[in-house]
Amino acid sequence: MEAINNLISGGGVEDVLFNVFAALTLLCGVLVIANPFSRSPVTSAMFLVLTIISMSGLFVLLHAFFLAAVQILVYAGAVMVLFLFVIMLLDLKEEARRNIKFFWLIGGLVSVGSIFAIFIKSLTHNYFEEFASSSKLPSPKLEGDTVALGKLLFTQYTLPFEIVSVLLLVAMVGVILLSKKKLE
Amino acid sequence: MDWNFIIFSVVKVAVVFGVLMTMVAYSVMAERKIAAWIQDRPGPNRVAPPFVKYIPVLGPFLTRIGFFQPLADGLKSFLKEDFTPGGVKKIYFWLAPAVAVVPALMTVAVIPFGSVMGSQKMVIADLNVGILYTFGIVSLGVYGIVLAGYAANSKFPFLGGIRASAQMISYEIAMGMSVIPVLLIAGNLNLSGIITWQATHGWLICYAPISFVIFIVSALAETNRTPFDFAEAEQELAGGYNVEYSSMKFAMFPMGEYAAMLASAGMMVTLFFGGWTLPFWCLDQPAHSLGMGLAHILVFIAKMLFFMVVFIWIRWMVPRFRYDQLMDLGWRRFLPLALANILITAIALWIWS
Repeated sequence: MEAINNLISGGGVEDVLFNVFAALTLLCGVLVIANPFSRSPVTSAMFLVLTIISMSGLFVLLHAFFLAAVQILVYAGAVMVLFLFVIMLLDLKEEARRNIKFFWLIGGLVSVGSIFAIFIKSLTHNYFEEFASSSKLPSPKLEGDTVALGKLLFTQYTLPFEIVSVLLLVAMVGVILLSKKKLE
Repeated sequence: MDWNFIIFSVVKVAVVFGVLMTMVAYSVMAERKIAAWIQDRPGPNRVAPPFVKYIPVLGPFLTRIGFFQPLADGLKSFLKEDFTPGGVKKIYFWLAPAVAVVPALMTVAVIPFGSVMGSQKMVIADLNVGILYTFGIVSLGVYGIVLAGYAANSKFPFLGGIRASAQMISYEIAMGMSVIPVLLIAGNLNLSGIITWQATHGWLICYAPISFVIFIVSALAETNRTPFDFAEAEQELAGGYNVEYSSMKFAMFPMGEYAAMLASAGMMVTLFFGGWTLPFWCLDQPAHSLGMGLAHILVFIAKMLFFMVVFIWIRWMVPRFRYDQLMDLGWRRFLPLALANILITAIALWIWS
């Protein structure tokens, strides 16, 4: 009883939840790409949904409620449903039967290795302390406050925001162009 | 976080869940009764436990309005043979009914169903981003139907699942766009905040009527109700995504549908019709006594039931659309309309403030 009381009042619940969500994110992420029980694309897609949901749990623990909600709304609710739609329409039977080939393994190891190297480099080189000491950057104030996020997006980061929007528009126009059978 | 919070939260969750499940059961009964009334037939009017006929006036009355029908329906669902066809994908076949019900129940967590009772706010989770949470969870509701269609491993359920995924994504967009004017006017993403705003300024239906029209039609499409019930479509798909299901697993799908209807009725009441407030009898202030708190909850439930009746009524009055008409309505009518609505509202707010 005492232990539970301490856990609740001392913020220990958040630590426990962080570990649960982090473990879930990693586990489901691995199961998306390397599921030993099923090679069905639908299963992979469903584990990707679980990964996204547990990641939004991590966002909630960081008090970034807006990001958490948008993560579920956009990725789990819309993008992944479209993935499922396409998978079901294409009926990827041979994908389920395909085995892992040696060449893919090499390619995968190279890309994972390079990303790992970048992580090691950035973790050992402590940028955060540098930023904190130089005090050039204001400390980010995005604690789940939608107003703050909106203000930042439309003042400090207007240009990147608009460029991303244009990129999406270009992608959409490209898809429409490609899906037309005949180009006039 | 302390023990008080945990205990009260658990109590609230339990009570809301109980009330919601009862309302789901009696919504099914209401659906059958209203359908009967519209089609000029008596509807369920004879199921009753044996001892009821000895109660003088009340007994026959309750039997005649079909009061005991949900009990019989539930019992029937539990006792029927739970048959799993040979070719199904087992895991998804078992998972799909649960996935269909859970999102609908989770949506209710952020809807404020009353002001305060004692020192407790009558909402399970007073989230900062209440509306976004609701839309996020509602958007997960499609997985139940899609997985059911996929798991059944036969043609008609599969077509139902495919239809559902395309339909629900399309209408989510129109639905999300339609509430943005409401957020702009109220200036808040928190549902309690929106209700407080409405208590002082009047119901939002007066400020954003177009939003409400788009919202209610999209809600019909999101909950797979006629005129947009393409995922089931008995005449075309023989029942659609739930063809291969039987017993309680089948019953979970209607349960999820009615829970989703109740949740969207609750959202409509909260966003456009002032939530638990009424503009007279001092019902628009947070309650000071337990009685007033209870009155607020009753007001909320009454408004919600009104929209449930509207939902049911629409089902029995309007025929199903054609699929291309559905897509046309969602993408070529509602989306531009909702965008124009946002723009006009923003300009109006800019001029008048």
